[in-house]
Amino acid sequence: MAGLEDLYREIILDHYRNPRHRGELESPPAHRSEGFNPLCGDEVVLTFEMDGDTVTDLRVGGQGCSISQASASMMSAAVIGRSAEEIRELTRAFKAMMSIHEETIGGDGSEAHDGAGSSEPGGGDGGSLRLGDLEALRGVVKFPVRIKCATLGWNALATGLDETVDAS
Amino acid sequence: MIAGAGGDIDGAVKAQFPLLERSVHGNPIVYLDSAASSQKPAAVLDAMDDYYRTVNANVHRGAYEIAAAATELMERARADVARFISAPSVDEIIFTKNATEAMNLVARSWGGANLGPADAIVLTEMEHHANIVPWHIMAAERGFEIRWIPITADGCLDLTDLDRLLDGAKLLSVTAMSNVLGTLNPIPRLAAAAHDAGALISVDASQYVPHLPTDVGALGADFMVFTGHKMCGPTGVGVLWARSELLDAMPPFLGGGEMILDVTKEGFRPNTVPHKFEAGTPPIAEIVGLGAAVRYLEGLGMDAVRAHEVSLTGYALRTLTDRHGDDITVHGPSEPAQRGGVLSFVYRDVHPHDISQVLDQSGVCVRAGHHCAKPLMRCLGVSATTRASLYVYNDTSDVDSLAEALDEVGALFGR
Repeated sequence: MAGLEDLYREIILDHYRNPRHRGELESPPAHRSEGFNPLCGDEVVLTFEMDGDTVTDLRVGGQGCSISQASASMMSAAVIGRSAEEIRELTRAFKAMMSIHEETIGGDGSEAHDGAGSSEPGGGDGGSLRLGDLEALRGVVKFPVRIKCATLGWNALATGLDETVDAS
Repeated sequence: MIAGAGGDIDGAVKAQFPLLERSVHGNPIVYLDSAASSQKPAAVLDAMDDYYRTVNANVHRGAYEIAAAATELMERARADVARFISAPSVDEIIFTKNATEAMNLVARSWGGANLGPADAIVLTEMEHHANIVPWHIMAAERGFEIRWIPITADGCLDLTDLDRLLDGAKLLSVTAMSNVLGTLNPIPRLAAAAHDAGALISVDASQYVPHLPTDVGALGADFMVFTGHKMCGPTGVGVLWARSELLDAMPPFLGGGEMILDVTKEGFRPNTVPHKFEAGTPPIAEIVGLGAAVRYLEGLGMDAVRAHEVSLTGYALRTLTDRHGDDITVHGPSEPAQRGGVLSFVYRDVHPHDISQVLDQSGVCVRAGHHCAKPLMRCLGVSATTRASLYVYNDTSDVDSLAEALDEVGALFGR
């Protein structure tokens, strides 16, 4: 619908209607991490397995709006098979993309600023990594209240990875 | 305009609200979020503007002309509010920041003086967080028990065990109208049951006073709280009404200027009510605005306001169901006379966040989320709802716009 093309891109709606890697791995042994947005009740539950430093499998559970669920689905496709360091780099690039218009975000962008400061100038290309399909979420920054929906799964994964490192 | 609505509210009312002339994303605004905050008529905006332009001075301690005029305007508003809810005494009207602060005042002041480890209070599963969290805070401090009146499948209070729940309780604190379901609760019956059990009743009337004729005596309330910005008034001002003998016995809430008779190095003597509970410079312009809002609503007539909303709620329930059938489920009582114009609904399996985003493109303003009632959301088995709420300035065209805009939601998210 006119005005919403930037938010509800076809690829986003596809991930919402047909979420990838949906479900839950048995935990333990899988690691588990949850993201919750108390504002709207969006919830993302991640369970993932690691082999050494590599995320070998990941499942997405929870429920919420199209943006939070599609973003988590797209994230799952982007991170499986990658090392924790690569995922952190990807996360920085994604969150930098989510904050490129931070001057227009006002008070709602606090979470979007996380990690943005550490990204390289002109962040968004993620260094050696490419965001690929994740670029489709770029339009979310035009709808500041939805940024937290888009970053929900990514923040949950970052927390989960940090915990696995702390535990090892 | 509602033809044959039974009230006198017509299309001229909408024209009295300047904001409703604007457009959103190229469409005329369709404001359906009055349960969160109402729009303001020109009469209220003008009253506040006039106050700042011609009267502005601090109240109560100035001998000069405009300070006296400011005090007079503020006290006139207090009298307006007292008349509006049929309070026995003007001095029973305490101005607060909002209904939340008023409820905190009751919990902290009355609760602090009257509730201990052996005591219990009763709340309901449909309360707003403002009538839950202040009691949680006090219960953690004082160790009293909180009991809960459950709700039925159709969103009414389940009063089967009311007597048992009230047995030994010191207070029942309950909403007069649910901000999520629109349910009108039987306050006189609840008040009688509470009083029979030796308990007091505190009424959260934030969604009630703006929409129905209100008489604190007929309701049987001991405490009642409500807020200005949901009843055509400004933000920043709310009201606590309570019976004089309760207010007289309660300790102060906030300390500072105005709430004292005398202060020494050893202590203070509190002022009489209402001033005992109005520490510091009050929101004078907002109080003046609230007085203007009350007079505006009196001009429309609260019976006419209620008749308009019953009629429009019935139209909305019919229109949404006719157009969307099984795709839409509206929570709460199905009979318009048993509810206010608050319509929380589920549309297909589309998340409320997405619904409100798509509706916004058509200029339709609705709220999505838990509506500060998370215990109720858990009872309903949902994490969030979409809520459209009606007021005096809404008409059938607003309802039609909502129903039509929902088609766009279905088109985008159909699967």
